Amino acid sequence: MSAIEVREAITRAHHEEWARVVAGLTRRFGDLDIAEEAAAEAFATAVGRWPADGVPPNPGAWLTTTANRKAIDRIRRESRRADKQREAQMLYDDNPPASLGAIDDERLRLIFTCCHPALAMETRVALTLRMVGGLTVPEIARAFLVQETTMGQRITRAKAKIKAARIPYRVPSAEDLPARVSGVLGVLFLVFNEGYLATGPDTDPVRHDLTAEAIRLTRLIRALMPEDGEVVGLLALMLLTDARRTARVSASGELVPLDEQDRGAWDATLVAEGHQLVRERLAAGVAPGRYQILAAINAVHTATRDIRDTDWSQVVALYDQLVRLDPSPIVALNRAVAVAELDGPEVALAAVDRLDESLAGYHAYHATRADLLRRLGRSEESRAAYDKAIELAGNIAETAYLTRRRDQLG
Amino acid sequence: MQYLVSVIDDNTGSATSAETAAIDAFNDRLQADGHWVFAGGLGSPSTATVIDNRGEEAMFTDGPFVESKEYLAGFWIMEAPDLDVALKLAAEGSKACNRKIEVRPFL
Repeated sequence: MSAIEVREAITRAHHEEWARVVAGLTRRFGDLDIAEEAAAEAFATAVGRWPADGVPPNPGAWLTTTANRKAIDRIRRESRRADKQREAQMLYDDNPPASLGAIDDERLRLIFTCCHPALAMETRVALTLRMVGGLTVPEIARAFLVQETTMGQRITRAKAKIKAARIPYRVPSAEDLPARVSGVLGVLFLVFNEGYLATGPDTDPVRHDLTAEAIRLTRLIRALMPEDGEVVGLLALMLLTDARRTARVSASGELVPLDEQDRGAWDATLVAEGHQLVRERLAAGVAPGRYQILAAINAVHTATRDIRDTDWSQVVALYDQLVRLDPSPIVALNRAVAVAELDGPEVALAAVDRLDESLAGYHAYHATRADLLRRLGRSEESRAAYDKAIELAGNIAETAYLTRRRDQLG
Repeated sequence: MQYLVSVIDDNTGSATSAETAAIDAFNDRLQADGHWVFAGGLGSPSTATVIDNRGEEAMFTDGPFVESKEYLAGFWIMEAPDLDVALKLAAEGSKACNRKIEVRPFL
């Protein structure tokens, strides 16, 4: 096996097994910190050993066994200092190997614990990406525009609080479930977005593992709560977005914007399922939440074979509805993109410029400005905005696209 | 597992008779369900005295250790298996005494 194949096997194992290993260790040892550290050590051991020893036939089992051993080593070290009772406890694993269904539930349990309402939203997201998504602290820090040390402290504090305050490791009871789901959906959407627009110079521009994981977990939650409209909305939104995945990055690794995508390359099955879910929600006749509106917007975007047939007034109307629910500057920015198609780039630019204070550190703000300025023939200002967008963008395909657009300016 | 459930007041003054009745009913339930450890209301911060005996002799200071708009007006110590249960109880407690509540675990 070549070095590249081993590296691929390690990456694949990390994507497929991380959450399972962390969830299993957390159940067994009742401690997220031990679970995370032992899982990380097990993967580090794999990186050290697999190139020489070869990839084990069952990487997941190998990682679980290794991580268990690492966790027991740590607990022994700590037991020697303090807790004899714990040592006795950890010598026996009375939990039989879980079936596939139980494993799914175990990861769900991990999600609900990471998304507990006693944790701040930003903490839930960070913790879920770390514990369930297996992202590194630098990746999470970049996704949320904060310093690595800040993000590291946030995760450390969260684990300490879960332990000290005894936040339970379980799926909430039926009566608590609806209230607990919206926090989980917010987290899953962010995981999806990290997959859809992956950051980091060494990652693929689209990390299908993360988008697939977000979709898989959203489907799982939908199976548990079929009557929750927002779960359906989020699933539809993810499917309609993911359907465009292959058309979104060119053969040369460049981001392809919606208006230049080969619509024939979209995944028709995913589009059809997404449209079906949006129709299902429309038929329900209940006032839609944020995800259902976003899904409807994406349904409009994917409804026509030709971009020129897009019903932009419908898109802007949906954004108006969304602004009422979520008056955040990012929603206003996306609305402005649609306004540019309906009312022209000048009107849109005026709206975008009003967001300078809150979005000056966000690459999409500068990329949107750059595009509007380009369309208005204001090349010098456009170039400066592209420079800023390129500097802030973390996705390699997006950087490539922005660079070409900048270099094409007259 | 025990939790300190603190009642945070903002100069709303003493509990009204309706609030007192609600707190009594809530306390009865805590006792019946095995969550009760201890509870009590506190005098206003102006009745506090801070003592510092780390030096040569004990120093007494009139008033609370920190002056703030919000202050501790009373507390429960509750027995609960985990934070979910403690938060549910605290939510009921907040309703009963009509005040904000802080929940903190004992170590």
